[in-house]
Amino acid sequence: MTAEFWIAQTFNGLSYGALLFLLASGLSLIFGVMRIVNLAHGSYFMLGGYVGLSVVWRTGSFVAALLAGAVAVGLIGVAMERLFLSRLPGQTLGQVLMTIGFALIFQDLALLIWGGDPYTIPVPPLLSGVVRLDTLSFPIYRIFIVLVAVVVGLLLWLALDRTRTGAMIRAAVDDAEMAQGVGIRVPRLSLGVFALGACLAAFGGVIGGAFLGVYPGADFEVLPYAFVVVIVGGLGSLPGAMVGSLLVGLLDNFGKALFPELSYFTLFAPMALILALRPTGLFGRV
Amino acid sequence: MDHRVVGALLVLAGAAGIAPALPAYPLTLLTQALIAAMLAMSLDVLLGYTGLPSLGHAAYFGVAAYAVAILATEHRVGFAGCLAAGLVAAAVTAALFGLIAIRASGTYFLMITLALGMVIWGLAFRWVTLTKGDNGVSGVPRPELGLPWSLWSPLPFFYFTLLILAVAWALLGLLVTSSFGLSLKGIRESESRMRVLGYNVWLHKYLAFVIAGVFSGLAGALWAYYNGFVSPVDVQLVTSVEALLMVALGGPGTLAGPAAGAAVIVFLKNFVSVYTKRWLLILGAVYIGVILFAPGGLAGAVARRRR
Repeated sequence: MTAEFWIAQTFNGLSYGALLFLLASGLSLIFGVMRIVNLAHGSYFMLGGYVGLSVVWRTGSFVAALLAGAVAVGLIGVAMERLFLSRLPGQTLGQVLMTIGFALIFQDLALLIWGGDPYTIPVPPLLSGVVRLDTLSFPIYRIFIVLVAVVVGLLLWLALDRTRTGAMIRAAVDDAEMAQGVGIRVPRLSLGVFALGACLAAFGGVIGGAFLGVYPGADFEVLPYAFVVVIVGGLGSLPGAMVGSLLVGLLDNFGKALFPELSYFTLFAPMALILALRPTGLFGRV
Repeated sequence: MDHRVVGALLVLAGAAGIAPALPAYPLTLLTQALIAAMLAMSLDVLLGYTGLPSLGHAAYFGVAAYAVAILATEHRVGFAGCLAAGLVAAAVTAALFGLIAIRASGTYFLMITLALGMVIWGLAFRWVTLTKGDNGVSGVPRPELGLPWSLWSPLPFFYFTLLILAVAWALLGLLVTSSFGLSLKGIRESESRMRVLGYNVWLHKYLAFVIAGVFSGLAGALWAYYNGFVSPVDVQLVTSVEALLMVALGGPGTLAGPAAGAAVIVFLKNFVSVYTKRWLLILGAVYIGVILFAPGGLAGAVARRRR
């Protein structure tokens, strides 16, 4: 185990954690405001990747793929929330079954439209290549992912902490009923947060599509990671999602590198430990 | 006799009576439905009676199935040894997971059981030296019980499964009507009230969790023998959610309802996949339809009709 191994693995874990942040920050906010266990959140990630893939094939533009993926899946999120989930306020089990129903439908539709072959979204030339430092090499695309996550994190933090809407969202996370009582339109807020979460997941899906690939089953593969991030970080907490993503990215990466046979165990066991000590997660309050 | 006992006996006797007349394929499906019914009933103890929606119930099913499959193929262990090992493995897993999960409630309980279920899936998938990873453990022999009938043929195996289901059903029925079962219902309705009345709520929930895990393990052990093959698919999230759907479809808190829900799902899955490749689409629509149009499940619909 040389120093290079540790640096390279830390960097890989960091970039994977950055991708997870895009996925999990939205899930965490949705949880926080609506208390919905959205099992279709991984599907947003996968659908974003597929939409992005089609757009890249047509236009060759990575930026267009990012926008199209986020907007298309955001609209799906709006439709799901307005037409279906808003009919089940407070019914945890009903929401779970409904979102898994959607996840199955999305999985099958994706298979129908894009087939079963794995694809990769081509990395734009500007972002391909590596940065060399002595004997170490860092892919530019992974550095880009980290930067994107930092920017998204900052924007989310500014929006939540410095704007009126952000204050209303925080109020709804703390106590949705009281927020409604003081005149905040929680249903509209919920719709916005749900759409934002879907957009972010799809955005992550396009970015991840050039890094992990786009393939059937990606939805249920990333879902548990997003859940662990949210559980570890705490419901509805943005700092929690940041710290959780980093922890999970690093744990997963070192787990896979050091103990390949137990890699999931090395991810979930620390989660169990954190829960045993802090049942609401590191930053959760409820 | 209680009308529920009469009903259960009639269903079991009906299944036993109709079985010899069935061709092999429907008979194996019916066997599969019995195993699924056992899984659904075990989850009903948690979801329907205690109000704990577990998203990781396939874990105990899978741990027992793997224990049976590995012992029966690689170590040539007999039926009693395999069954005992499977049940112990499920019980130990549930006892460990329960320590973590029972601390939480509501949404947190859902997420934690989901993540714990994924631990088992991850081990099944990645711990290749033990579980053979994605390839799964195949070639599990049917039990040799020294009976005149070989359990390799469908009919004797069906009766074997039916007998075990009848015993499990009776035990679970006794459990939920016992004073312990009534306390569970009390906890489901109002945890704080039960706590004030002096009940050890944590212990009740924990025991319910472990008992549900053991019965889930019993279903898993039968599944390993029935299918002859155990793979990570048996412990994945979708399997856990399918168990939840069976309970929700049948009507939580009724035991018989989830068993019926399990049968409906098993037959639907197999028949639909004969006619179309798009059965996931249809299954997804069933999930959404059940929630929108039959919130109380089949049992709820029957109860409404009776009123």
